[in-house]
Amino acid sequence: MNQTATHTSTRFQAEPINLKNIQVQKLFMILFGLMAAVLVIPVILIIFTLLQKGGSAISWEFLTTFPSNGMTAGGILPALLGTVWLVAISLLASVPLGVAAAIYLSEYAPQDHWLTRVINLATINLAGVPSIVHALFGLGAFVAFFHLGTSILAASLTLAVMTLPVVIVASWESLQSVPFAFREACWNMGATRWQTIWHVVLPNALTGILTGIILQVSRAAGETAPIMFTGAAFFLPFLPSSVMDQTMALALHLFTISTQVPGVPEQIPFGVALVLFGIVLIINTCSIWLRMYLRSKKKW
Amino acid sequence: MSIPLEKASTLVAAGDVRNRDWYIDKLFHSFMFICGISAVIFVLGIFVFVFKEGSGFIIHQLDWAEFFLSPKWRPTSAIQASYGTLAMVAGTAAVTLISMAVALPFSFGAAIFIAEFARGKTREWLKVVIELLAAIPSVVWGFIGLMIMNPLIIDIFDVPIGLNVLNSGIILGLMAAPIITSIAEDAFKAVPDTYREAAEALGATKWQVIYKVVLPAAKNGLLSAALLGVGRAFGETMAVLMASGHALTIPGSVFDSIRALTATIAAELGETPVGSDHYQALFAIGIFLFSITFIINMTADLIVRGIKNQ
Repeated sequence: MNQTATHTSTRFQAEPINLKNIQVQKLFMILFGLMAAVLVIPVILIIFTLLQKGGSAISWEFLTTFPSNGMTAGGILPALLGTVWLVAISLLASVPLGVAAAIYLSEYAPQDHWLTRVINLATINLAGVPSIVHALFGLGAFVAFFHLGTSILAASLTLAVMTLPVVIVASWESLQSVPFAFREACWNMGATRWQTIWHVVLPNALTGILTGIILQVSRAAGETAPIMFTGAAFFLPFLPSSVMDQTMALALHLFTISTQVPGVPEQIPFGVALVLFGIVLIINTCSIWLRMYLRSKKKW
Repeated sequence: MSIPLEKASTLVAAGDVRNRDWYIDKLFHSFMFICGISAVIFVLGIFVFVFKEGSGFIIHQLDWAEFFLSPKWRPTSAIQASYGTLAMVAGTAAVTLISMAVALPFSFGAAIFIAEFARGKTREWLKVVIELLAAIPSVVWGFIGLMIMNPLIIDIFDVPIGLNVLNSGIILGLMAAPIITSIAEDAFKAVPDTYREAAEALGATKWQVIYKVVLPAAKNGLLSAALLGVGRAFGETMAVLMASGHALTIPGSVFDSIRALTATIAAELGETPVGSDHYQALFAIGIFLFSITFIINMTADLIVRGIKNQ
């Protein structure tokens, strides 16, 4: 009892300088909070504006019919399906390659080895290459050198190279988050490295890898520059029948009708933008939800 | 040839049995290695293929002084074609500068708020929304610049054209902000908590801790965040093509329309005959873009590695 009494009597008294410091701190907290808010407001404004101006264009018919009247009316079916084609094939190419590369970097690659460093640097650089340079690469390599022509395949492979770093980095992070003790326990039982990876590491990292793949989908769906010259067309009156055909794509369609075609009623490009952003938003929400679910499930 | 006794005994001791599992393991190891070096192959591939298409022009046609110092980009002129990129370089530089002026303060502020002030749900939500900002496709950004920002700028500043340096700078700033924020936040997180605790134990307020301890310790990380932001803004194509006005002038003010290096390739590549001088000149611009982003990324990595070695 006595102790407590002494403690309260000699309580810390805030001096003017302390009060001032606390006020300065509050001021900066509000300032930085507002700065963060400045980054949040555009997202809300954009969603609101697109919904308001493009919402009226969205209908079942809009999603399931061809553009008509020189793209000033009608729907977006070929662009929507084209984007699905492009994303699906780019996934087929980049996911096995990216996940395997991440497994090599995380499970096999010797640490602090020059080659490991070169691979890491290359991954960073690949992620930083401007999208239009990826387009030039796709044109030079896939369209011309490998004779794929301007086709869905060439465009998808260009997208795959472009989104590869996303898959590699996300998969690597999720493989690294599996505790090292899991691997050691497995090796001690006499398992080979590959058995350890297949039966222990991969199952535990799977959800995280999936998050990365989902993000890759969202990135690939929104890209325009890499597909412009490698396989996407401004307008095609038919649906692609094989991967060697050209296709329309949602992102390029938005560019076309908002800059190249005169006299398009305003709600159509807003509708296309809304569909494109909506797809990306839904995919990203799935990824975020999956990540939160994963974190709550984590047992270690 | 027999295995030396010494080595053989260690092999046996390590339980090296070359059965089916051993070979499967070796097989997968080789496969993963090949996939592992794919990123290196692609970076080299990009360089080789872009260079291959542009090399003829660079070796035989290119007048270096004209390429870098002349603002006249007249690739289709029948009388005298000229390939000067100065106006585009200036345009790209102006837009990148404005975008960083927009992005850096807000990104660093937001990163400080997320890393040092925000807790729990607020923090989670902020990170999610900023991630969504990063997810908006560049063509949607360009569309917003064209349809929303353009009339807004015309109204507010009373200028004839809203598609200019300011418009594309703001758009690119918002596009680069999430990346800068997330890397800057990582840099703050990398500062050990013991630094903060030591400062707080001396009676420092949170702001004093941030200003005097965390910021100096994280400065290299912030620098590399800024560099990667520059790289992002510099290499952006569709948004800047749609929002910058695409006019070949050296900008004198933020209300001038400009044309970016990336946008030039995107706008002209579709209309040039394969293999023509014009076509090759566009690939030469591609090599230039690739080299610059390569240097930016390497520098950012060196700075980050510098932190780790300290």
